[in-house]
Amino acid sequence: MALKIVKGSIDRMFDKNLQDLVRGIRNHKEDEAKYISTCIDEIKQELKQDNIAVKANAVCKLTYLQMLGYDISWAAFNIVEVMSSSKFTYKRIGYLAASQCFHEGTDVIMLTTNQIRKDLSSPNQYDTGVALTGLSCFVTPDLARDLANDIMTLMSHTKPYIRKKAVLIMYKVFLKYPESLRPAFPRLKEKLEDPDPGVQSAAVNVICELARRNPKNYLSLAPLFFKLMTSSTNNWVLIKIIKLFGALTPLEPRLGKKLIEPLTNLIHSTSAMSLLYECVNTVIAVLISLSSGMPNHSASIQLCVQKLRILIEDSDQNLKYLGLLAMSKILKTHPKSVQSHKDLILQCLDDKDESIRLRALDLLYGMVSKKNLMEIVKKLMLHVDKAEGTTYRDELLTKIIDICSQSNYQYITNFEWYISILVELTRLEGTRHGHLIASQMLDVAIRVKAIRGFAVAQMAMLLDSGHLLTGNMQRNGICEVLYAAAWICGEFSEHLDDPMQTLEAMLRPKVASLPGHIQAVYVQNAAKLFATVLQKHEGATDSQAAQDTSQLLIERLPLFVQSANLEVQERASCILQLVKYIQKLQQKDVEVAEEVSALFAGELNPVAPKAQKKVPVPEGLDLDAWINEPPSESESEDEKPKAVFAKEEPKQSRARHIEVDEKELARRREARKQEQANNPFYIKSSPSSQKVYQDAPGVEHIPVVQIDLSVPLKVPGMPMSEQYLKLEEERRQKERADKKKKDKKKKKREKRGKGKRDDSGPESEEDITPAHQVDIVTEEMPENALPSDDDDKDPNDPHKALDIDLDNLLLGNDYRPLADSEKLPVRTHRREVLKSPEEDGDQDGITQEAKRRSSKEKKEKDRKSKEEEKKKKKKKHKHVVEEEPPEPLSEEPVQSEESAEVAAPPTSTSAEASDLDFWLSSAPVPPPIKEALAPKTSVAAAPDSEPDVPKDAEPDEEKSLKNKKKKQKKEKDEKKKKKRHHHHHHHGDGGGGDSVQNGTVEEEEEEEPLPPMSNYCLLAENSYIKMVYDIQGNLQDGSQVVVSVIFENKSNSFLKSMEFNVLDSLNSKLQRPEGASPHDGLVVPFQLPPGVSNEARFVFSVQSIVMPQKLKGTLTFIVKSEDSSTHEKLDFKLHFTCTSYLITTPCYSDAYAKLLESGDLKSSSLKLEGLNMPFHHLLARICFHHHFSVVERIDSCASMYSRSIQGHHVCLLVKTANQTVSIDAKCDEPSLLANVLDEIKQTFSQC
Amino acid sequence: MIKFLLMINKQGQTRLSKYYDHVDVGKRAALEANVVKCCLFRKKEECSFVEYKDYKLVYRQYAALFIVVGITDDENELSIYELVHNFIEVLDKYFNRVSELDIMFNLDKVHIMLDEMILNGCIVETNKNRILAPLLALDKMAES
Repeated sequence: MALKIVKGSIDRMFDKNLQDLVRGIRNHKEDEAKYISTCIDEIKQELKQDNIAVKANAVCKLTYLQMLGYDISWAAFNIVEVMSSSKFTYKRIGYLAASQCFHEGTDVIMLTTNQIRKDLSSPNQYDTGVALTGLSCFVTPDLARDLANDIMTLMSHTKPYIRKKAVLIMYKVFLKYPESLRPAFPRLKEKLEDPDPGVQSAAVNVICELARRNPKNYLSLAPLFFKLMTSSTNNWVLIKIIKLFGALTPLEPRLGKKLIEPLTNLIHSTSAMSLLYECVNTVIAVLISLSSGMPNHSASIQLCVQKLRILIEDSDQNLKYLGLLAMSKILKTHPKSVQSHKDLILQCLDDKDESIRLRALDLLYGMVSKKNLMEIVKKLMLHVDKAEGTTYRDELLTKIIDICSQSNYQYITNFEWYISILVELTRLEGTRHGHLIASQMLDVAIRVKAIRGFAVAQMAMLLDSGHLLTGNMQRNGICEVLYAAAWICGEFSEHLDDPMQTLEAMLRPKVASLPGHIQAVYVQNAAKLFATVLQKHEGATDSQAAQDTSQLLIERLPLFVQSANLEVQERASCILQLVKYIQKLQQKDVEVAEEVSALFAGELNPVAPKAQKKVPVPEGLDLDAWINEPPSESESEDEKPKAVFAKEEPKQSRARHIEVDEKELARRREARKQEQANNPFYIKSSPSSQKVYQDAPGVEHIPVVQIDLSVPLKVPGMPMSEQYLKLEEERRQKERADKKKKDKKKKKREKRGKGKRDDSGPESEEDITPAHQVDIVTEEMPENALPSDDDDKDPNDPHKALDIDLDNLLLGNDYRPLADSEKLPVRTHRREVLKSPEEDGDQDGITQEAKRRSSKEKKEKDRKSKEEEKKKKKKKHKHVVEEEPPEPLSEEPVQSEESAEVAAPPTSTSAEASDLDFWLSSAPVPPPIKEALAPKTSVAAAPDSEPDVPKDAEPDEEKSLKNKKKKQKKEKDEKKKKKRHHHHHHHGDGGGGDSVQNGTVEEEEEEEPLPPMSNYCLLAENSYIKMVYDIQGNLQDGSQVVVSVIFENKSNSFLKSMEFNVLDSLNSKLQRPEGASPHDGLVVPFQLPPGVSNEARFVFSVQSIVMPQKLKGTLTFIVKSEDSSTHEKLDFKLHFTCTSYLITTPCYSDAYAKLLESGDLKSSSLKLEGLNMPFHHLLARICFHHHFSVVERIDSCASMYSRSIQGHHVCLLVKTANQTVSIDAKCDEPSLLANVLDEIKQTFSQC
Repeated sequence: MIKFLLMINKQGQTRLSKYYDHVDVGKRAALEANVVKCCLFRKKEECSFVEYKDYKLVYRQYAALFIVVGITDDENELSIYELVHNFIEVLDKYFNRVSELDIMFNLDKVHIMLDEMILNGCIVETNKNRILAPLLALDKMAES
């Protein structure tokens, strides 16, 4: 025996160790594979020896070879041997090898369970550590089940080194064995407050990972994480927590509000870029989840955008990349904030780094507007030319098309330009996106009627020039364009100048080398052209031309008849025979053109994909009613499909089909329905689809959007997209000049209104005004379409199994203790010797559950001693809470913030939930308003608790008005740039108008759309800067209003150091930061590069709101041009109207009636005469400009409601008859009412 | 989550690989080849983050050695970027001016250090002394 050992160690001296192996491999560069295979043979020999040291050395070498890509699974058993060595130095090698190559399919793993358990309970912390580390790599469901209890025990180990590892491994255990989550969760939660920061961080990591997948189960931990966030100094941990909050806020918007402040503080204070980036990301996520329009949040967005700008401007490419990445997230919700940085984004297109360029491209997509589209696309076209490498070029191409076609070509003002761009793109060789260009050409040509003439000319040119025909056709994707070109030329051949020439081009022999499906289109459309040519020459005396055409076809078509492609062959031979027949007739001088054209008569209308579904069910038709008696019950369901099949098969003859009686039909229908219902792939039609053909002309129901093209379309020789830029600029200049005249504007609006009426029927093209009509079908979704996020979840996602409610682990009403079946399996044959005193419970075989309970009892005692104190606290909080609905457990003391964070206080889930509510509502955000009068105001605070819309007279009307308002609110921000050219306040801008219509047309088909409105009025203006402003009441504070001012730099210089100052009055004061004197100005938190505008908000406190007021103020700023900088100032007058103290507040009609009956209100009235506008416009204007909401509307009479920031109720009854509008108003504050009415009067006198 | 960490030299040879989710040996080679393609040919002035399939690759170059970390989309790129540097500092401290050969010859030790820093795809430890403690204890064990 001893001899054997000696022999082993001598052998070992001659063995290669890892270093030798590595050197050897390096010395055998030429025959590396051969050398390694000899090494593997040696290793195999070594593994056969009994000496564990030799084996360990061999396994160590195998680990290296495995890294090089050699399979070492054959040595799995030897690895297990080395793992079970008692010496740590060998054991760790075994575990390392195991962690590198073991996986769920490795069968020897089951041999390791006991060994691992032994190592886990080893007194040596490194044994335990190495076992845990290894386990994290190769844990299987079996191992997880068997070892879950052991690992959970280790979570309370005395050594933090072990605790942190155990905590982290638990995550893998949860994934493999989801049943372990419930029993282990309380302890995991405890670890969040472990004294060791490493353990804490591990627990944060695990809970973050769990919560990101199933956030709703972890919402109750938010207060605890909040505390960790404010106390932790470890950036890595902070990042994780902040990420977690990003996942939680969509579920609980109030949490988001609470987070904004600490996050912005972190953004300001941190020097770590990674943390800054994470904060910005989460702030963005929070703001996305919050309802927009909260005044104090635009500052946060502004801050984020500014920080991101700094990142993007940084010379570090990594920061640049991440800045762009985060910017694209903001873009989705706050496009206007990003748009002002267009210059910077465009710069990034020139970056050397492709990933940065791609990011910038993504951003551009969201930044285009009508105004800058051409310019941006021009820039992109330049890049297409310069681009090296087809991938980036293809990416550019798709982006150009994406950008142009987005939202139904919303931003394209000139389709000639777009067609030219598409034609230019066909010059790209080797692109894969020919079909994309083709489909755009088709789409535009079909849907934009006015452009067809131009499109056809361009397409004919493409067919003629034939540059697309060169090269390897099958591989070259760009030839797809010819598909579109041929179809467009054929279908709209009446626009062709010389159809004969195009026909010839389409029948060139070279065409036969195109892919089959394109040839087929060529042949078919050659026939269409033929028809056109015939028609053209029919009336003429000279019939020779027509006969020549027939001859041409007869000569050329045989080429296609021989085609290998069936489709081509079939079409060609059909048409060939047809033409031959026609030729015969021609020779007899028979007029055939009429009949040939009839083959292709009729126009193809663009139909929205879901148009059919939108057709309403005719009145009195019940689609669910039985047409015939339902089938008798006696027939078993299983038999039905079978019976149908059996009976149908022999029915070949028509005669027998007729014999089928109605009963049979109904039965079959039923069977089919059943089958369809069971068939997941069957797309169910809406119930109305059956009736479509009878009484619905279809197209009339398709919402149509109109775009004004103010430039008459004509076909200039061969215009390139470049020219359009100039054209467009001229046009805009002209428009700018036009707009200076106010009356002109009015006319324009009328024109638009007229145009709108026209397009209710697409046929009414007769009265085409210079502005061509463009039909664009909006794609819509059926109302019942629900976002199906759940379907997207991968059923194999291991996290799905971890969606377990964890709140009910706590004692209380819903308390669901761990059932016996849920307890973690514990070995019973041998009890473990446990080290930490905390685990004594386990030693006695007491389950986790019992132990937890005992620890809870301890806490209960603690709690009781604190009870007194808490009760006091409760009283203090009571006035905040009293408005909330009565809590079921009101005798339970409301938990203060600290106690809510105790790991497992014995409170019920509902109490826990209300704790969370309390914690959240104690934020500096008002608790949801609970007054019956204002049920909807709480929506802003907690959108998920939106009350049902009252189902009375006009809910839809109200809704659509509201929608519109919201949209306009958004749009007015977009429009602010355009305002440069406007010199009046409420300008109906075409751009905004279109998109508003996009959304609302379907809701109000018969009603005229509202002209766009804006509440921003001019504040002051000089040659450098223009300020427009809007005042809104602060929902959160009855004594505050927020003034939003948009600053627009009109000069060519940089404007900086802007200071906004107002001379306070006794009643209204500008809120200045603490410590500032009442005469100090407020620094505007941004600078303005030339042409850029940005918005700042200022808070004013007001005392009395019954009178309008004007405040004088001054804006000072520095104008910095290249060589000089000057101080400038601009005086202004802020007009606080009484309207600005009103807040749109919805009101139920019953509450409204009660209010009127109460008799506390004083009344007043107002008459407006000569008002020529639809009633719904009138209401919308009052709603929009004066912050009212419609309570109820019956015909030409409507009741409206609003509330002042100080709680005054304002009720209006608006009636209209013969251009006269009478408004009866009631309010509890007569002077406020009088002023509001005055302001309403003024609004309508302006239009 | 961190999905894998690779150390690759300029010639594209793998010097260390650690996968936190199991990947078959055959697929590892393909993945490493792709990663090499994605990262090694990037120029100095290009950013250190590359999108590759479902992963984001964060890489950093030290002399002839690249360290590439594959992470999921929800991981903070910059923090991983810093972690890579932290890892190199740890190696530097232990090996005293670490070189490619050190890593090759002491692969098992590098793994120990890495395991102390990243466990289960999460960052567990960033303190150099604490990361090196087990390794130093092991060295002492070997000496005695």
